[in-house]
Order: sequence, then structure tokens, then C-alpha cells
Amino acid sequence: MSAAPGGAPVTGGAGAAGSGGRKSAAPVFEITGLSVDYGEGPGATHAVADVDLTLHRGEVLGLAGESGSGKSTLAYAATRLLRPPGVITGGDVFYCPDPDSPGRRINLVEAGPEEIQELRWSQISIVFQSAMHALNPVLTVEAQLMDALAAHWPDAPAARRRDRAAEMLSLVGINPDRMRSYPHELSGGMRQRVMIAMALLLDPQVVIMDEPTTALDVVTQREILQQITGLRDRLGFSVLFITHDFSLLVELADTIAVMYAGRLVETAPARELFRSPHHPYTLGLLGSFPSLHGEIRPLAGIPGSPPDLRNLPPGCAFHPRCPYAMPRCRSDLPRLTLAGGGRQRQVACWLHDGAEPPPELAGRREATTAAGARPAGGGRQGGQR
Amino acid sequence: MAADLPGLGSSAAQVIPPARRRFRRPSAKIIAGLGILAFFVLMAIIGPMAAPYDPSAIGPDMLAPPSAAHLLGTTQTGQDVLSQLLDGAGPTLIVGFAAGAIATALSVVVGVSAGYFGGVAEEGLSLLANIFLVIPALPLLVVLTGFLHSTSNLAIAIVIAVTGWAWGARVLRAQTLAVRRQDYVASARAAGERAWRIILLEILPNEVAIAATSFLFTVVVAILTDAYLIYLGLGPINTWSWGSMLYWVQNNEAFTSGAWWWYVPPGLCIALLGTGLALVNFGIDEFINPRLRAGGLSRRSVRRASKSHGLTLVLRPDGVRDDGTLTPVRARPAGTRR
Amino acid sequence: MRFIARRLGFYIVAAWAAITMNFFIPRLMPGNPVELLIARLQGRITPQGVHAIAVAYGLETKASLLSQYGAYWVHLFQGNFGLSITYYPTPVTSVIATALPWTLVLVGLSTIIAFVIGTLLGVLAAWRRGSWLETAVPATTFFQAVPYFWIGLLAITVFGVALGWFPSSGGYAQGMTISLSGAFIGSAVYHAVLPAFTIVVTSMAGWLIGMRNMMVTTLGEDYVLTAQAKGLAERRVMLTYAARNAILPNIASFALALSFVVSGSILVEVVFSYPGIGYVLFQAVENEDYPLMEGIFLIITLAVLLANLLADMLYIVLDPRTRQEG
Repeated sequence: MSAAPGGAPVTGGAGAAGSGGRKSAAPVFEITGLSVDYGEGPGATHAVADVDLTLHRGEVLGLAGESGSGKSTLAYAATRLLRPPGVITGGDVFYCPDPDSPGRRINLVEAGPEEIQELRWSQISIVFQSAMHALNPVLTVEAQLMDALAAHWPDAPAARRRDRAAEMLSLVGINPDRMRSYPHELSGGMRQRVMIAMALLLDPQVVIMDEPTTALDVVTQREILQQITGLRDRLGFSVLFITHDFSLLVELADTIAVMYAGRLVETAPARELFRSPHHPYTLGLLGSFPSLHGEIRPLAGIPGSPPDLRNLPPGCAFHPRCPYAMPRCRSDLPRLTLAGGGRQRQVACWLHDGAEPPPELAGRREATTAAGARPAGGGRQGGQR
Repeated sequence: MAADLPGLGSSAAQVIPPARRRFRRPSAKIIAGLGILAFFVLMAIIGPMAAPYDPSAIGPDMLAPPSAAHLLGTTQTGQDVLSQLLDGAGPTLIVGFAAGAIATALSVVVGVSAGYFGGVAEEGLSLLANIFLVIPALPLLVVLTGFLHSTSNLAIAIVIAVTGWAWGARVLRAQTLAVRRQDYVASARAAGERAWRIILLEILPNEVAIAATSFLFTVVVAILTDAYLIYLGLGPINTWSWGSMLYWVQNNEAFTSGAWWWYVPPGLCIALLGTGLALVNFGIDEFINPRLRAGGLSRRSVRRASKSHGLTLVLRPDGVRDDGTLTPVRARPAGTRR
Repeated sequence: MRFIARRLGFYIVAAWAAITMNFFIPRLMPGNPVELLIARLQGRITPQGVHAIAVAYGLETKASLLSQYGAYWVHLFQGNFGLSITYYPTPVTSVIATALPWTLVLVGLSTIIAFVIGTLLGVLAAWRRGSWLETAVPATTFFQAVPYFWIGLLAITVFGVALGWFPSSGGYAQGMTISLSGAFIGSAVYHAVLPAFTIVVTSMAGWLIGMRNMMVTTLGEDYVLTAQAKGLAERRVMLTYAARNAILPNIASFALALSFVVSGSILVEVVFSYPGIGYVLFQAVENEDYPLMEGIFLIITLAVLLANLLADMLYIVLDPRTRQEG
């Protein structure tokens, strides 16, 4: 694994990719076979098991799942930020810093502290869930923006760093005069914008967003999401967007990956996932959200509760709650396999391995009613239209 | 709940609803602490009977170092130190625990009331607690006992309790406030449950650990304070306790005589007893605050992890993991994909 | 600003409470304090002297309780604490004034040293988890539980008597006159080493454990994770992000810590016969010198309140959240 040349800042990585978020097939962040445990030895909890996930340049990849599905664990472990007792027990995470040399990659799992410290924030940054808790309460906004810059631009004069900080704040719609404020003096929405500005300070190529709008009210949520989309179009970075709220991913995501009990159960381009989910869990999730458009139907939800990660059922972890469970599901763990629709479409379900899937999971549903509107979900009432 | 996953940053209040508390194997600290406690309780119970001599009996060997006849030597008046030590364990423990119990009872009443009822009651009780907290305890005790002249153990215990309840009250008030905000309490109130039932059934069970910590801490302080008062001559110096032993040491100015066997044992016993209580407290602390625990990692791994802060520990095996629930993990050659 | 005003108001109330307690405690005593005084000082002072003392701390039996209380306050503001019995006829205020500087220097310096060392070690213990320093933490509970004076006795035995490195008692060499000369200061420092050592050793553990626990909690906070995600240097994360926040509760719990330090220093002074407030209090108790006892209690309490106020102000400086207007 080759390392980025020491000292030379890898500038303009994302910005140079051009305006308007040019998507390419080249992967920028590739997770292969990652497994993460909490604790050691026989009593360890397997929070993430053998996950393959690829983020392509300019892509917005949504990572969805319930609390405890392992999505946050995955993201933090991939960036080596997961705290003890979390341990990476297997797999690799490849980051490709230079769009023009796709062969040169850094394995974050094997890299040393200095390498990772250099990569952090300048190449890969994170927007955390709760800005109130993610910002240091005793430092001003300015201090927190400046120290990130100081750590990675040690030779730049202070004025230049301050200009950059002011520039990013303006970009997210905050008056740079507010730099001297403390976090508790700002509103929730403003704090989240500060977090976004801070994440984009060094023009990173990958931005991981961990439920960035969960702590906000619906109106502010919308504004922040629009902000994110606008910034992404403008600066061209790739996004890993983690959420338990499917509805956010409708307009935001290009591709969606669904996790359950520490494993990936389905990945698909966003439109296709909403139109025709392949995994019963995804179907259940889609049926759990009310739609503003389309016919009124009873909310379904998914019976049962998420499994205890210390006591996973044998075979497919979802089978106790799955309305389509077959005998095979109770004993054999389904593997993530291609399911038509190109390399982007994968599902881990025995329904799609030989057996004939029911119509609501086979992609033979009607098209959406209005552009961008949520498709009327099939729920458990069957796909009759 | 994300808040349960210890590896992620989380700022949830440390309130563990009773139903979800699991029994954890007690750590070495608790075991050691309880062991020490058990030892001293035993000493308190059978000590007076096991004492080889009458502790007050004056003897011919004065300030004699430890020997076969006197395992811990003798005092200035020929009294056997070991007997005094054994005899004194009981009163020392009794006063300490009694004061601790009274103080904790007071702090539970004040703290929970203040936290639950809010409003004027909370302001008033908090003010009271803060006043007692800020006024230095020992000078106040010195003045109180100096004036009151009563030298019974019970009086000392009460007086210590009266000056020592404030800290526990403050902690319990804070905890009550946190618990009160929980959903199950709010629903109980909305359902019209009466206050005393809510306090008894919903709030107090959540505060057992904190109350226990507060109790143990207060007992340590009470034992020390009792020893201090007796040492200064303000307590019952004619019944044997570890504090009174030290009083007589001071009175006879024996510490410049090098008779370490006289004053080392009582002080050491006080310190060990306090350490035992503190260790149990540590254990309870770790139970309340999961972040203080190692969380299932071996000590070596914890040390490795802390050496490179900010980087997740990697424990990749070479080869296949033979584990029924986990898909075999292989180190993949770079570039291959599923 | 409102925060300061509230705290100041609180301390005024607390001071009032202490002073009122001081007024009532003697009256709780069985028997008439004035008669006890007379019995105590039989033959040593004139009836006018007895009367002066009684007046001084408000034990005029003829007046009503309320007017006694009023007179008490008047005397307080006049600085009239009465005459000491032990040092008769020296006024209590003079006795206190002579002893106070000794205590302030000894306790002040020792507390600062203990706080600094304890806090730093606590930070390190939390930063390097699983290290030997962290395994030593339970051992420090031993020092938290050990009686102050016992450590003092040990120190005297080992360093004073056995090794003879330091003097076992007194504040300065016998026979020296109090002055600001180098010789005197040198002697004073020499005599202060063991007492200071005792206080530091015993009180350090509390700061250490408190800081370590707070650091461990703080290191689990999101903003520390953010700091690490930003690729900041470890030192900056530890100091500016973690320690800076972890120290706040320590300062907030200053009241409790100070209470222990005060108790401990009284005992240390007694053990070492160090001429400070604590030692004088001890003498007052031995001699049933009530005016002196009360005077010392008041002075100690007011000093503690002042120290708390200073700590609160320090807290305001360190925590911007308290400066929120309104």
C-alpha cells in the first residue's frame, strides 16, 4: 500500500473533479469484508459482519438501517475512529486519494497513525449527529475551525486560515461575524451548519454524514438537506449518508445500502430501491413511512424487534420477523449476490436465489405516480393495484 | 439504542432503567473491598472476645516493642495495644456506619424531595444543602462538640450526620432530576399515580447505586471525622476506639519516642477500612458509568488502544475464524471484489 | 453577571447562617455559659473582666434574646470577638491575627501543589488507560482514606525522628524572633516541609481520582471524537478538548474538597504543633476557651466562603456557558 507523499497537501481533490458532482465509476472509498466486534474473545458482540461497500466518486451513498444495525459502527470503524471496546477483526478499507491514479490506494486498516492523521479531515471528514455535543463547549467556533486548519496547513499564515474559515461559513449561510460565538449561543440549525462548514474546510473528497439532521426539527432538516445537496453539486465531494430515516434518502441518495444486524442485506440505486425493493426488510421499511402522495394505506411497520447482537438467530438474522421466511432461512446465512440491474443491485435473501420471489419483491410493480414522489408501497396487503 | 454502544460517542444521561440492568461479574475491586470490609466486621464482632488482655489493664512493661507476650507491643502505661485495637474495632465501625446511615437517610429525603417536587421546595432545600456543604465541617463539629460536652458515641454519630448529609443530598437531587425526565416517570405522572408511589417504585430503584455510593463515601468520612474528633479530645476517650488510641498517643507525646507499634496499627486500620469502602465504591462507580469499565477488552488490548489514541484497534487474525455465527473472514488480495 | 450575583447572594446567606449558628450554639449548652466562665476563671480575672467577655459574645443574661442577637452583630462589625481565656487578656482578634498567616501560607501552598500534581496525574492516568498509572489508582484510595494526622505521625517518625532530616514540631526554630529576615523565613520553610508534605500526600489522591474519572467520561464525549476526526495532535485533544472540560466539575466541587483540606490542616497543625489557626483551635478546646473557639470558627468559615467565591469566579472564566446573558 503506497502512502500519500508526506507533507504535500492533496489539494483540489474533489473540487478538481469539476462542478456539478460528476459521477464516475471509479471508487474513492472501498470497504471490503469489514468485520467489527465489541469486546474480545467468546463473549464479543459482532456489530458488523463481513461488509462490502463501495463509494464512487461524486456519489451520494445512503446507508440505512435501524438503530443497532451497525451502520454507524461501520462508518466509524472504516475511518478508524471507533473507540474501545470496538475492534476491527477483519477486512480492509481502501481510500483512493487521487482521481487520476485509481491504482494508488491507502489501506486505512493497515495505515499508521501519522498517515491517518494526515488523511483525516483533509481527505475524509465527518459531520456528526448532534452538533451540540460534537462541538467543544468551551471553545469559540472560530477556534474550532482554525485548529483544524492549523493542523493541516501549518505553513499557511493565520490570515489565510481565517479567510478560509470565513469563506466556508458564508458558504453555509452563516455570517462570518458569528465566528466569535460559542456553540451554546447558536441555534440548532446554525450549529449543524457550522459542523458542515467545518467538515468542508479542507476540501475533502469524502464526507461521511452520520444522521446529520436527526436532532433537528423538520423545517430545519429540510434546509440543511438542501444545503448539503447544493454544496455537493458545487464542490463535488462524495457522501456517505447514514440515517435510519428512509424518507431523507429519496432525493438525496444515488445509491442506497440497507443494513440489518451488522450485515448488508440490500444495495441498489435509489430509484430502483423505492420502486422495487428485493429484500423483505427493505419492503417493510418502505411500508413504515407514510407517503404524502399516492393512495392512503395503513402503515405496516415490521413486527418484532431488532435482534440482540449477542444472540443472533441462526441463518438469516431477519427470519423471525420475515413474512416470507422459508425453512432454509432458519439455517443458512444468505450471501449478498447480484440481483439483476447491473453491478449496483445486490441482495442477501434466499427468495432471490432460485426460489420465485413474491411479486412485490420481484420488481414487477407499477411505476411511480409523480416524478420524485414516493411510490405507493406494497405493505403486507399484497401488490394489488 | 446507539447510546448503549460503548464505542460511539454518546452523551446520554447515565440512567439505567431497572428492567435492562444485567448482572455483571463483580470486578476484582469490589471483591477486594468486600473482603477487607468482611475482615473488619469480623474483627468488630469477635474482637473483644479474642483480645488477649483487658485493654485498660495497666501493666509493667511500658512502651515495649512487639513481642510474643504482646503482639503489638504496649502503651506508655503498659496496656496491650493489640487488645485495644481489637476492642476498638466495634465502636469505630458502629459510629461510622450509624453516622453514614443517618446522613444518607437525611440526604435521600432532602435530595429526592428537592429533585422531585421542584419549585420552592427545591430552592429551599437546595439552599439548605449548599449552606451545610460550604460551611467547613470539622470547625463546626469542634465548636458543637466543644460546647455540648456530650461524649457518647451516639451523640457523636448524630452530630457527624448532621454536618455530613449535604453532599449526598446534592448528588441525589441531580439524579432525581435526571430520572424524573425519563419517559416511564412522565407516563406514571400522566396516569395520575400518586407522588409517593412514583417516588418509591420508579425513582428510588434507579437511585440505589448512587445512594450506595453516597452511603459508603459518607461512612468513610464519618469514620475519619470520628477519629479526628476523638483525637482532638472531643469524643469519648474512655471507651476504646481506634481514634481514642491515637488520642492517648498524642496525649503522651509518644510519637517522638519512636513507639511506632502504638500509633501505626490504629491509623493503618482506619486507612484500610476506608480503602475497603472506597474500593467497593469504585466498583459501584464502574457499574454506574460504563465508560469506566474496560468493556470486554483484555488489559493488553486496552493498553494498545490507548497508546494510539484516536485509532480503532485492529485485531485481524491470519486465516479463517472458526466461528459458527460469523462468516469466515479472509484477508482479501487488494483489488478483488465479490 | 447574574451567575455571580446569585453566588454572592448565596454566600451572604451562608455567612449569615454561620454567624447565627455561632450565636446559638453556646446557648444550647446546658448551664449558663457565664457561670461556667466564672468557675473556669476563678480567681484569675476580675468580675469586670468576666462581664466584658460575656458582653463581647453576647451572653448578657438580662437582655432579651433578640437584643442579644442584635448586640452580637454590632460587636461583630466592630471586630470585637471578646477576650481569649487561654491568652487572657489578649483579644481574640489578635490571637487569630497572629496565627492566621501561618495557616494561610501552609494550607494555601500545599493545596495548590496537591491540586496541580493530582490533576496532572489524573489526566495522565485517564489518557493512558491500562497503564501502571491506572492500576495505581485504587491504591490512591488508600491515601484518601488515611487520617491526615496519622500520615503526619508517620512522617515525623520517619523523616523527623529516625532520619532527622526535618524538625518534628513548631513553625520555626525555638528562640527566633518573628521577622522577615532571610534566616527566619528559611527556618519557617524548613519547619513547614513535613506538614506540607503531609497535606499534599493525603489530599492529592482526591484530586487525582476525581480528575481521572472526569477525564474518562469526557474522553467519551462527541467533541473529543470530533477533535480526533479532525486529525488534531494528541496533545491538543487531551488538553484543550478533554482536560479543559473535565476540570470544570473539579472546580465546581471545590467546596467539598476545601472542607476536607480545612479539616486535614487543623489536624496536621496539631500533630506538628504548627502555630496556625488549627493549633490555636485545639488549644482553645483544651482550655474551654469559648470566645476563641467561636472566633476561629467564624474566621475559618468566612475564609472558606471567600475561597469558594473565588473558585466560582474562576469557573465563570473557564466555562463560557455560564456567561450566557439572561
